[in-house]
Amino acid sequence: MVSQPRDAAIVGIHEYPSRNVDGEFSALQIKAECAARALADAGLSWSDVDAIYDASEGAPMSGLTISEYFGIQPRLIDTTAVGGSSYEFHAAHARDAIRAGKARVALLTYGSTAHSNALAIGVGGRGFGGVTPAENMESFAGQTLVSNYAMAARRHMHEYGTTSEQLAEISVATRYHAMRNPEAVEAMEELEFIDIRETTIDDVVNSRMIADPLHLLECCMISDGGGAVVIASAEVAQNCKKPPVWIIGAGHAVKYPVIGGDLTSSAAVDSGPGAFAEAGISPAEIDVAMIYDSFSITVLTILEDLGFCAKGEGGAWVEGGRLRFDQSGGPALNTDGGGLSSNHPGMRGIFLLIEAARQLRGESTAQVGAAKLALAHGNGGMLGSRHSAGTVILAGD
Amino acid sequence: MSDKPTRPLPNLKEGDTATFWQATAEHEFRFQQCERCGTVVWHPRRHCTGCVDGALIWRESAGNGAIYSFSVVRQSYHPFFRNQVPYVVALVDLDEGPRFLTNVIGIDDPAAVHIGQRVTLAWEDHEDVSIPLVRPLSD
Repeated sequence: MVSQPRDAAIVGIHEYPSRNVDGEFSALQIKAECAARALADAGLSWSDVDAIYDASEGAPMSGLTISEYFGIQPRLIDTTAVGGSSYEFHAAHARDAIRAGKARVALLTYGSTAHSNALAIGVGGRGFGGVTPAENMESFAGQTLVSNYAMAARRHMHEYGTTSEQLAEISVATRYHAMRNPEAVEAMEELEFIDIRETTIDDVVNSRMIADPLHLLECCMISDGGGAVVIASAEVAQNCKKPPVWIIGAGHAVKYPVIGGDLTSSAAVDSGPGAFAEAGISPAEIDVAMIYDSFSITVLTILEDLGFCAKGEGGAWVEGGRLRFDQSGGPALNTDGGGLSSNHPGMRGIFLLIEAARQLRGESTAQVGAAKLALAHGNGGMLGSRHSAGTVILAGD
Repeated sequence: MSDKPTRPLPNLKEGDTATFWQATAEHEFRFQQCERCGTVVWHPRRHCTGCVDGALIWRESAGNGAIYSFSVVRQSYHPFFRNQVPYVVALVDLDEGPRFLTNVIGIDDPAAVHIGQRVTLAWEDHEDVSIPLVRPLSD
């Protein structure tokens, strides 16, 4: 096994159980509740926190606002905001700060009432408006969020012969895991999914087309929700209640439209290699892959980009169910049920860290027996145009 | 004044893209190129992305290109586009380089649209601006 430096670990986690707060709670309240429970999970308290990480989804001037709201006095404030992958960036920054001796206990939180607000994400997505110069060139075209990803899927099909049936494997594996997670099942009930059960390839490809070639069951849900992650130094981790989950590798990248650009790959091409090199492992050693499943094509593209299989071979590679937690030949994918079938309030990145930590603690509802290594890969922004990528590699104690 | 929902139109005061949009009224599709390093810059902006002492000049596209990718939108909640479904959103590579997002119009069946298909500009005129849509080039 590997012997990477183990300077910082996830020691506390909490995922907000409800996906529909019915307007009763605010994003800030969800963040605070998750923070308190994640700290309690670690056996720590507010006064132990000396570093705060926030993606500004809850309030403006978030580094200041959230510190006052929580009632903490951090000596390190980081408000990196790059969309749904922000939490993978935060985790890496926290690890670096702890390693440098600038912090001991870092707190990452997320809260959203996207469902209650009827926010335009998932199948409701619409990419209109436009304040940046780039957006001012695009808003007239009526590109929905789904059609942005659909164009990436269409191009992947064109270049590599990828099929809808192959993309459906992602949705089927994710739902397979969701049906084992009571909170995911409850989420689908709260959001009034019809016919909540394990799905087949046929179910997915026969579901309603939202934006060709993406079907309804290839699109994430639109939920409320939130979560928190506590990251601490090795010294603090020794005395925490739960076994530490070490951050052993990280990489970041962005990608945006350029002349002649390639829509079949993502920024993961650039975020992955550094993360794997730092961890000193290869993709084949990963037991659990938590990959941002906004849509089926997001996962297929990122699996290729991270090197689980060669570019263009993802379609054939995912066939046959190798991404299920109880099958071999590949990492278990999104064992909590993912954004497709468990939790997607807009920026899912924090849940990738949380479920990866559950797996490495042995606490998942779709537990991979001897899980030692997990990957969390966040994709923020939009796959088919401009997006950020954060790869984090985690190891059990 | 009509209450009918309209296509979202660009902000003509947005500094980097104003020149582009002003030229559309004359049915000109403009893009930038650096006189020093030759870099074609798209979307429009004030600085050259290829060199740090760039001098951007405006050029005009002949208006022909090919579809790089596309999607047929079947569901939209936008007040205008909800009544347009199904409609085709496409990325078009102009022959001069720039890749822009647009709609493919003038087609009977969205299923006939395909990657690599040759298209040409089809301007949709509004009061102060024209929108660069595309239609298939007949062979």
